Amino acid sequence: MALLEVKNLDVRFAVRGGDLTALRGISFSLDKGERLGLVGESGAGKSVAAFSILNLIAQPGYIAGGQILFEGRDLAAMSERELRKIRGNRIAMIFQDPMMTLNPVLTIGTQMVEAILAHRKISKKEARAIALDRLQKVQIPSPEKRLDQYPHELSGGMRQRVIIAIALLLDPEIIIADEPTTALDVTIQAEIMDLLLNLCEQENVALMLITHDLGVVSQVTQRMLVMYSGRIIEQGPTREIINDAQHPYTQGLINALPQMGEPGERLFQIPGSMPSLKSVPTGCPFHPRCKFATDQCKQAMPEYVRSGNVNVACYEVANLIEQEKRMQEAES
Amino acid sequence: MTSPLVSIRGLEKRFDLSGSLLEQITFEGGRFRRKQEAVHAINGVDLEVQKGEALCVVGESGCGKSTVARTVMGLLSPSAGEIHYDGQRIDNLERKDSLPYRRKMQMIFQNPYASLNPRMTIQQTLEEPIRFHHPDWSQVQVRDKIHEVMHSVGIDPDWGSRFGHEFSGGQRQRIAIARALAVDPEFIVADEPISALDVSIQAQVLNLLMDAQESRGLTYLFITHDLAVVEHFGTRVAVMYLGRVCELADTKTLFATPRHPYTQALLSAIPKLEDDRPNHIRLKGEVPTPVNLPSGCVFHGRCPYANERCRQDVPRLITTDAGTQVACHAVEEGRL
Repeated sequence: MALLEVKNLDVRFAVRGGDLTALRGISFSLDKGERLGLVGESGAGKSVAAFSILNLIAQPGYIAGGQILFEGRDLAAMSERELRKIRGNRIAMIFQDPMMTLNPVLTIGTQMVEAILAHRKISKKEARAIALDRLQKVQIPSPEKRLDQYPHELSGGMRQRVIIAIALLLDPEIIIADEPTTALDVTIQAEIMDLLLNLCEQENVALMLITHDLGVVSQVTQRMLVMYSGRIIEQGPTREIINDAQHPYTQGLINALPQMGEPGERLFQIPGSMPSLKSVPTGCPFHPRCKFATDQCKQAMPEYVRSGNVNVACYEVANLIEQEKRMQEAES
Repeated sequence: MTSPLVSIRGLEKRFDLSGSLLEQITFEGGRFRRKQEAVHAINGVDLEVQKGEALCVVGESGCGKSTVARTVMGLLSPSAGEIHYDGQRIDNLERKDSLPYRRKMQMIFQNPYASLNPRMTIQQTLEEPIRFHHPDWSQVQVRDKIHEVMHSVGIDPDWGSRFGHEFSGGQRQRIAIARALAVDPEFIVADEPISALDVSIQAQVLNLLMDAQESRGLTYLFITHDLAVVEHFGTRVAVMYLGRVCELADTKTLFATPRHPYTQALLSAIPKLEDDRPNHIRLKGEVPTPVNLPSGCVFHGRCPYANERCRQDVPRLITTDAGTQVACHAVEEGRL
């Protein structure tokens, strides 16, 4: 059984003039120790997907349907009290901006001890020892000194290390990391990603990595989901998708990267931009920007078809697979 | 070689941190002392931008790349050094004399959500620079110009009466580019123009900038931290670290054979699509604060090749066999 299984998740935001659907029929699973990437541009719903797993979406957002099964128990149906026992304990989260996540008026040590004591009945001294151990694990220079420092005394990279240490405090099963390195410089980003990857492997923690950076996803994750306008349009093994993307949007996203083009040549570009939640097109949400779009695409959302080990929601891909099958049949 | 369009000579910029005279005075050990502190944002930068090229300046946050951009544009005045445009020194000009240069040099900013006035329509936004620089133009001329630039950046001219907030990030950046193009500049300073945009939109804006360069013969000073963009877009690259240029080379050579240890680390840190395991050069520690600059080579604290000389002497830019410029003692001595 998968460690985490999300089934048909719908998330909506209740606003004046009706509900906006932020996530529509999201289904995926995460195994123990697995590293999964969630990719998409702003507005695709990747952060909402991550937040909704721990029911952290604030009003007016709400989970309108579907299940989030963690070790067989539905997180979406849990009371706040029960959920609090899982949040930060079994499933930890790392957010984008370390300065916003840390409390500026408490020392690093106080914040870490507080988090441990919220879940464990141990003495302050023992908690402090755990905190120190985690700071050592994330390779912070002079960890003992850091316990008594305030967040503003640390640099951006160091703060993000502290955040990772906090995520590891209670030996979680899953770490959800929402753009953990976006606010950092390239060299620091590489170090932090390295650290996160090694820790997850050592401790056998499952990682759900939300990012817009395909390079990071390709280096860190084993499987990936590509999201567009609140839907998963493609999911499967990372290498397979990066090397041979099936969905026209994923292809466009990869081909639009500057490193894919010849220097000085025009880059491949996807026309238009992601629709806002207020005006999601009918059928496949990508059809107004897709060069393969037909009338069929405008009418109904395509079902997932399997191509290799990848699931893709696209009529064009489905047709191609169908054609291939017929050709093979005709040959034999 | 033809004379450069823009040349930056010995540029330095310090930002004073110590405040007024009274705030600087402290009482220590029975005596009054005056303490002055400054952020040394740029510490002696020499760069030349040739006509028609795109010179990219890369580096991590705090390396002074944006300060270079702003100083070149005259938004900041240099603490020392000179800036020349087409042979004429421009950093010490009177306001009135600088006007023709203000038209020829335009800037595109990072965040199109902040760089467009929210209370002005797109028409007004584009009209303002044209009217300012061409007060003698007729209404029709101005309108034609606005139509022309809006068309060339792919914004429907009928949208002129809309406000900035009605557009997406990519469209706003197009409008910001249109505003820069409206006065027919020769030289454009672009400070991280695509960093705030999504991948698919980045490609659109980058294509637009390349098209504009080709059709209008523009020269760019392009500030970015994204090395993949540099490799694609730049003619030459200047790598900056703590307010100094550590390597200057044409794009192809720099990416094929980076010489400076910092450039090597920076290039190895880009997440690539091909390999599935990170394999980057690890640097010790983090960028030191620009308030107290390290002695000698600013990079010595993190450099795996640093020796005693690096801790004392500031390395100068030397020309290598490949025609590139590197400021590194190890490269100069052949240790690297």
